[in-house]
Amino acid sequence: MSAVGDTLPKLLLANAQRYGRRKTAMREKAYGIWQAYSWSQYLEQVREFALGLANLGFQRDDKLAIIGDNRPQLYWALVAAEALGGMPVPIYQDAIATEMQYVIDHSDARVVLAEDQEQVDKVLEMRDRLPKVEYVIYDDPKGMRHYSSPGLLSFAQVQEQGRLFGQAHPGYVEAAVDKGQGEDLAIINYTSGTTGVPKGVMLTHRNLIATAASYLQVDPVSAGDEIMAYLPMAWIGDTFFSVVLSFLTGAAVNCPEDPTTVRQDFREIGPTMTFAPPRIWENLLSQAQVKLGDAGWLQRTLCQFFLAVGMQAATQRMEGKPGSLRLRLLTQLGRWLVYGPLRDQLGLRRLRAATTGGAAIGPEVIQFFRAIGVNLKQLYGMTECSAPATVQRDGAVKLDSVGPCIPGVEVKISPSGEVLLRCPGLFVGYYKAPEATHAALHDGWLATGDAGFVDPDGHLVIIDRVKDVSHLLDGSVFAPQYIENRLKFSPYIKEAVAAGHERPYVVAMINIDLEVIGNWAEKRGIPYAGYADLAHNPEVYELILHEIQRVNASLNAPLRIKKFVLLHKELDPDDAEITRTRKLRRRFVYDKYQEIIDAMYAEGIAEVKVRATVTYEDGRTSETERSLRICAVVDGGT
Amino acid sequence: MRENNGAPKLQVQDIHIDFGGLRALLGVSVDVHEGEIVAIIGPNGAGKTTLLNAISGVYHPSRGRILLDGQDRTFLPPSRVATLGIARTFQNVALFRGMSVLDNIMVGRHCHMRTGVLSAGLFWGLAQREEVRHRAAVERIIDFLEINHLRKAPAGTLPYGFQKRVELGRALAAEPKLLLLDEPMAGMNLEEKEDMARFILDVNDEWGTTMVLIEHDMGVVMDISHRVVVLDHGEKIAEGTPDHVRADPVVVRAYLGEAAGGMRGG
Repeated sequence: MSAVGDTLPKLLLANAQRYGRRKTAMREKAYGIWQAYSWSQYLEQVREFALGLANLGFQRDDKLAIIGDNRPQLYWALVAAEALGGMPVPIYQDAIATEMQYVIDHSDARVVLAEDQEQVDKVLEMRDRLPKVEYVIYDDPKGMRHYSSPGLLSFAQVQEQGRLFGQAHPGYVEAAVDKGQGEDLAIINYTSGTTGVPKGVMLTHRNLIATAASYLQVDPVSAGDEIMAYLPMAWIGDTFFSVVLSFLTGAAVNCPEDPTTVRQDFREIGPTMTFAPPRIWENLLSQAQVKLGDAGWLQRTLCQFFLAVGMQAATQRMEGKPGSLRLRLLTQLGRWLVYGPLRDQLGLRRLRAATTGGAAIGPEVIQFFRAIGVNLKQLYGMTECSAPATVQRDGAVKLDSVGPCIPGVEVKISPSGEVLLRCPGLFVGYYKAPEATHAALHDGWLATGDAGFVDPDGHLVIIDRVKDVSHLLDGSVFAPQYIENRLKFSPYIKEAVAAGHERPYVVAMINIDLEVIGNWAEKRGIPYAGYADLAHNPEVYELILHEIQRVNASLNAPLRIKKFVLLHKELDPDDAEITRTRKLRRRFVYDKYQEIIDAMYAEGIAEVKVRATVTYEDGRTSETERSLRICAVVDGGT
Repeated sequence: MRENNGAPKLQVQDIHIDFGGLRALLGVSVDVHEGEIVAIIGPNGAGKTTLLNAISGVYHPSRGRILLDGQDRTFLPPSRVATLGIARTFQNVALFRGMSVLDNIMVGRHCHMRTGVLSAGLFWGLAQREEVRHRAAVERIIDFLEINHLRKAPAGTLPYGFQKRVELGRALAAEPKLLLLDEPMAGMNLEEKEDMARFILDVNDEWGTTMVLIEHDMGVVMDISHRVVVLDHGEKIAEGTPDHVRADPVVVRAYLGEAAGGMRGG
């Protein structure tokens, strides 16, 4: 890496010099219009906020906690903290109060930037338990007129004071940026963690920039690219795409108007590259299917025909076959008639590179998007290695792998079957948790906690979490996530929990997909009052039973699901059942639903009573009691 | 609570309104001060909406005067009243159902539009600049009311709570000095009511808009209004702070009959 660009703020200075006012660095939809900021404006905003922070006494190694949706101001603040040699600590905006308090306090943040009244309220409420916080800054002034609290400032005020400070200290920010080095910490990302308390992953500028540079070798991005910043800022992937890749390449980052308008904004911008977790691709697919179901006979028939053609062509391409002349002609026809308009409807028309990761994705989801011409690829990574470690290459996409390593990353499998990584983006350690750091690193290799293998083509395949792989009573290897993923590939199933460790057979607890099944129920004229009501419906049970039988057909006999229940509530991060990134917190869920699981192993019990405590975002709780039906699965044929 | 300094924004002085033999208002007087939220309550048929209609110029009183900023405007028609800075919402949703949320709120800018038919038709020069200015004002309201995601949706397809919010938006688009709200929360569920109450308070807070509202939910009235006026059979039977009015035995009797002990809500 060249000396000009060994830190993110230095890259920003270089971009401002190179592109100036000629090129857009960031856009935000506000007041119905896409407001653009050029690279010079981006730098100017960062500079003013950095000066404002300096004016408040923010120094090298200080931490700035950032809470909110993807707003330009929040990104400017993130880079401003780095410019002063400090570290941003982005926090999930929907985290419950105790979690937020823990991260703010543990990270030693002196300043908290909260997007709006909602977030400020949360911070002020816990203020007396945050002795290290000196200032709380808010961006959106709406509703804040009558707030007065010591150290409460608006973003504009901080920048205003920054301008005055800048007049008294010319060249302050440039000097501070100059002092920065690649080895300096760039960010602390608290991982939600499927076990225990959140841990602060410390990453350096060199970590982030080197990882992005090697990612770019296999998936090039240019200054003309458009990126959509809509995933939580607290997640490393957002920093990676919306800051690091953008700074390295000059690509523009677009902030949606509001979390509820992302779909429309997506379509207006037409991003050329995007990352989305499997859940979002699945949603897009089911929406397309629902719309298709409502379309007229001609459109529906055309779409179905050409989608089948597209899938066939996509499968052949994946297998490296050229495909017959007839197929190629039909595909071209499909491009004009179906694929193009469909991509346009979904806001994917200009998409050149699309990636997904973080969880398993259904093969038919990948096939659908590849069929309509979206270059959807899987990648694998984690916060501890600065986001991506492997990614599928163009023209070498497999359904079940996460692709080969990006340049500079090495992978090996430990004797216990765990995936180990060595990479330039390897984190420095967990903040104030040396034992946890020690446990995660083995002689310079990162223990990912994932079980997997490398296939003959050098592609990494992930099976499950190492600690979750166990055995049934008869000794068969039981990887619960493998089964759950197969269940979740069904559009009707949102979450699934499989159990079977040291048990005679496998059982499952299912969360139905409210949107899809709600639509299904409406079409059949089945009335329902909400999630719990729908999950109790015998016809829904019947529907899910068919889905499970279908999954069972693809599993080895001992691993087939024998009984299941439809849970009365959706697994929720607020109840600590899944993480903010929607990963199952398995031990916790097993413990919490122990009674249900036990009942499924008891003979002749058809119903189980559950009492549930629901935790609301503000920490209040309430109790409900209902009975769940246990459904036995009989597989035909075998 | 706000200070009542200076002359009242709105003075209703001893107005009488009859519909044939039916006497709807019998000498009602109300003063509303700058920046105040005044609630009008009373049993059905007490004359609440009639009072609001008199203020907005729909009905003209047979006796008495109505003054806005000290100027007598008792007999102005509604169209003129609107240009003086009085806007209102209606008891039943009155939106253009086929038009988008954006266009519905844009209609509220009508009284601020200056361009003639010709230049507006050509959409050139002043007309274009004016459109941009009005659109910007409307967008600020859309942002304020948090209906960004519904901007392009036809108003008629929206849930009731949102339709009421759009109606409030249209009234706000006129940049009123005095805002009249006729049962802004009628037929809403608790969550929608809480949202609406917050917007009413925010509007008052952000722009200092003076408001007169009719509302039946006593909990809401007590929470958001600075002062409450109670009507019964066309007469004002009480006036004062929410706490004062709630404790007033005359009010309790009008609402619940002789034997009742207290009022709902609070």
